[in-house]
Amino acid sequence: MSFDEFNILIGGEAGQGLVTIGELLSRAMVRSGCYILVTQGYQSRIRGGHNTFSIRAGADLPLAPQDELDVLVALDPETLDLHRKDLKKDGLIIASGSVGVDADGAVLVPRDMVLSGFENTAVLGVLAFLIGIESALFEGLIRDTLGKKHPEALDENLAAFKKAYEWAKTNTSRRMDVSKTCKTDRSGRSVMLNGNQAIALGAMSAGAKFCAFYPMTPSTSVPLTLIANADAMDLVVEQAEDEIAAINMAIGASFCGAPSMVATSGGGFALMTEGISLAGMTETPVVIVVAQRPGPATGLPTRTEQADLEFVLHAGHGEFARAIFAPGSIEACFHLTHRAFHLAEASQGPVFILTDQFLADSYRAVEPFNLEGLAPVRAGARVSDIEAPYRRYLITESGVSPRLLPGFSRHLVVADSDEHTEDGHLTEDLSVREAMVKKRFRKWTVVLKEVEPPEYHGPEAPETILLTWGSSRGAGLEAGKRLRQGGESVGNLHFDQVWPLAQDQFLGRLSSAKRVVSIEGNATGQFARLIRRETGFDIKDRVLRYDGLPFTADYILERL
Amino acid sequence: MVDIKDFGEYETAWCPGCGNFGILDALKKALVACGLGPHEVLIVSGIGQAAKIPHYLNVNVFNGLHGRAVPVATGAKLAHPGLTVIAESGDGCMYGEGGNHFISAIRRNIDITMIVHNNQVYGLTKGQASPTSDEGFVTKAQPHGVYSSPFNPLAVAVALDAGFVARGYAGMKEHLTDLIVRAIRHRGFSLVDILQPCVSFNKVNTYAWYKERCRELPIGYDPTDRELAFRTALLFGGRIPLGVIYEKTGRPVFEDRFTALKNGPLAVQKTDFDALRAIIADLA
Ligand SMILES: Cc1ncc(C[n+]2csc(CCOP(=O)(O)OP(=O)(O)O)c2C)c(N)n1
Ligand code: SF4
Repeated sequence: MSFDEFNILIGGEAGQGLVTIGELLSRAMVRSGCYILVTQGYQSRIRGGHNTFSIRAGADLPLAPQDELDVLVALDPETLDLHRKDLKKDGLIIASGSVGVDADGAVLVPRDMVLSGFENTAVLGVLAFLIGIESALFEGLIRDTLGKKHPEALDENLAAFKKAYEWAKTNTSRRMDVSKTCKTDRSGRSVMLNGNQAIALGAMSAGAKFCAFYPMTPSTSVPLTLIANADAMDLVVEQAEDEIAAINMAIGASFCGAPSMVATSGGGFALMTEGISLAGMTETPVVIVVAQRPGPATGLPTRTEQADLEFVLHAGHGEFARAIFAPGSIEACFHLTHRAFHLAEASQGPVFILTDQFLADSYRAVEPFNLEGLAPVRAGARVSDIEAPYRRYLITESGVSPRLLPGFSRHLVVADSDEHTEDGHLTEDLSVREAMVKKRFRKWTVVLKEVEPPEYHGPEAPETILLTWGSSRGAGLEAGKRLRQGGESVGNLHFDQVWPLAQDQFLGRLSSAKRVVSIEGNATGQFARLIRRETGFDIKDRVLRYDGLPFTADYILERL
Repeated sequence: MVDIKDFGEYETAWCPGCGNFGILDALKKALVACGLGPHEVLIVSGIGQAAKIPHYLNVNVFNGLHGRAVPVATGAKLAHPGLTVIAESGDGCMYGEGGNHFISAIRRNIDITMIVHNNQVYGLTKGQASPTSDEGFVTKAQPHGVYSSPFNPLAVAVALDAGFVARGYAGMKEHLTDLIVRAIRHRGFSLVDILQPCVSFNKVNTYAWYKERCRELPIGYDPTDRELAFRTALLFGGRIPLGVIYEKTGRPVFEDRFTALKNGPLAVQKTDFDALRAIIADLA
């Protein structure tokens, strides 16, 4: 049997080690030359519950998750019940643990292996053989990864893996030779990482030096990635007492010249909004990552949604310039975060990165990021020939005032959250107020000049345009591709930046299509409404998803 | 040589006779006594009458949000450990809206000095009760008197084993100056809670009231004795002790723990692209 691509789901309870199986398997596929796309589903609990780790792999880049399965690995009975319906006719089931003999047609991992205490490595051994990936590749990986995490159990893990692999060799009859699927010359060239890791790397590439956070799923792995590399990259990362402290710390650090960021999710961001407004008024650069999950309130803590666009757009009282990036791929997570730091510095204010649980936890194989030509942010000026008295809020044509850092020269830097004079002192002079509002508003030009144009795929004059933003990009692209293959005239327009909008970049395209469909992970079509508000162009057709799961191409195609 | 004139002379928006004037004076004198040039000092404040104080001084200033002086000061110190960072604001700002930050700053033992103008009332919003108002204190917002018991910042600080805990009084300027000097010199977190008469909204805790009660700690008082410090922190009534109530040295200072800060301020640190390349390669 040969495969263009291959879809596997591993399901079980939290605590059974399914993420370990999933990550090792993904890594093995990447090392053998596959492109992969991982979708993680989990529940808000540490033990038990139903969790999934799905890998879609192929010689071509998978764009989105897919429901139909080639292999189902069930670590518990619930996984079989829930996902058997998605298995292809000739699909393979590997069952373990409490999944008993009634798992009919399945390859059952022997009980003694399951009870050995190394259930997950044993399951991996059976799986590795059945999908045709060499034992040696896995053994190396187990040494590299598990060896680092649990050196004391390395030998037992290796033994459990080998025993299971050998058992499968002699005791199973069916085999899917997946390794051929991915036999491309890419082996050894890709790196595997998820959206949050890419955001953290993008931040480091921009010279980020400070991050404060209060843990909240699904944003936490951004600061965790920074912490893991803090010593190597000279970063200060602090777990604050709450999100209010986190944003204020980041602003304090940025005021003193550290390129700074915070990462949170909707609920934590709600607490930060006062600080966002402070960054706007004091003109302090700061990058804010908002990893969306379904709300309102604490909603579905571990699922995905794209419903915080309007919130982030309006967060913070008063009026001030801002930019919102919404990366649709791992590469975009990296590059847009890099750009966000530069834009925050250039516009001296807040810049947002809007991501979500799906993208945050979705591992993919990508080319190692090219760092050539990337420069770190240089915050403010340190010593200067600026004449005394220095004026932090000097009224300039661009709206951007010269930024000095306190303590680096004899000049005093005065910043204020109240309306202030050019030298930073609070004022109630209403003519100064008007002049300062105008000055701050001129910074929109700086932000607008840098707007990332939307990405377009498809024929020049399509009948239908599928519109996506953020993490729905992949599913939208796959749906578009399949429609085009079926002979339909369809184009994909994707926005990696959702604010501000530069009409001339897309309005012509929208107006010339017969039908425009907005594909969004929320219940009201927030981006479609934003486009109408800004341009008057009314997108009536919408495919919306708000059940907590990411889009798939099938989901879109069934509803078009 | 730094001179008091270097710190400027400004018109203020405070009521004539307000205790804030004494505090401003003492602070200037303390900065001079510490030999700090204006550019070496950053004062971070919140919102309130007290929080306007940095505007009346030549120093670096970040006048932020109500209750949020301490986290901004914390971030600033972590970015630039060489700066002398003072967080200064009113009792409502620091203990009410900012209560969680107060506790956390003590626990971190970050080297900032927290100066609180404690007038037992909200000044800027015209006379509501503050966290330190006495039980029964009558205001327009609390017409039947305050129901809650007052927050005791000194006792909380001693309970959390803060490095430096002191109480001063705006009417005893020299004594106050000395306290601020010692607080700035203390490496690690320090608190100076300053009793500050509000002539407009607090008609109970007046200059006369404080004069009758405020007494310097006796000679021979041992500020390193934590139990004694705790008992002393509980005294507030007929006699109000002033001075360094608790001092503990030797606890690690927060910013010293970060490897990144061993090479000076974050703003001048390079981005090591080779290290970043290695981190990315490790993801294969
Ligand atoms: C978030 C927020 N809530 C409320 C206010 C209104 N406010 C301004 S100052 C203040 C209280 C001031 O009292 P205190 O901190 O004791 O300082 P004082 O004016 O007495 O010196 C309040 C409630 C505000 N500015 N911000
Ligand atoms: S209201 Fe009270 S605290 Fe404010 S300036 Fe007047 S006297 Fe001072």
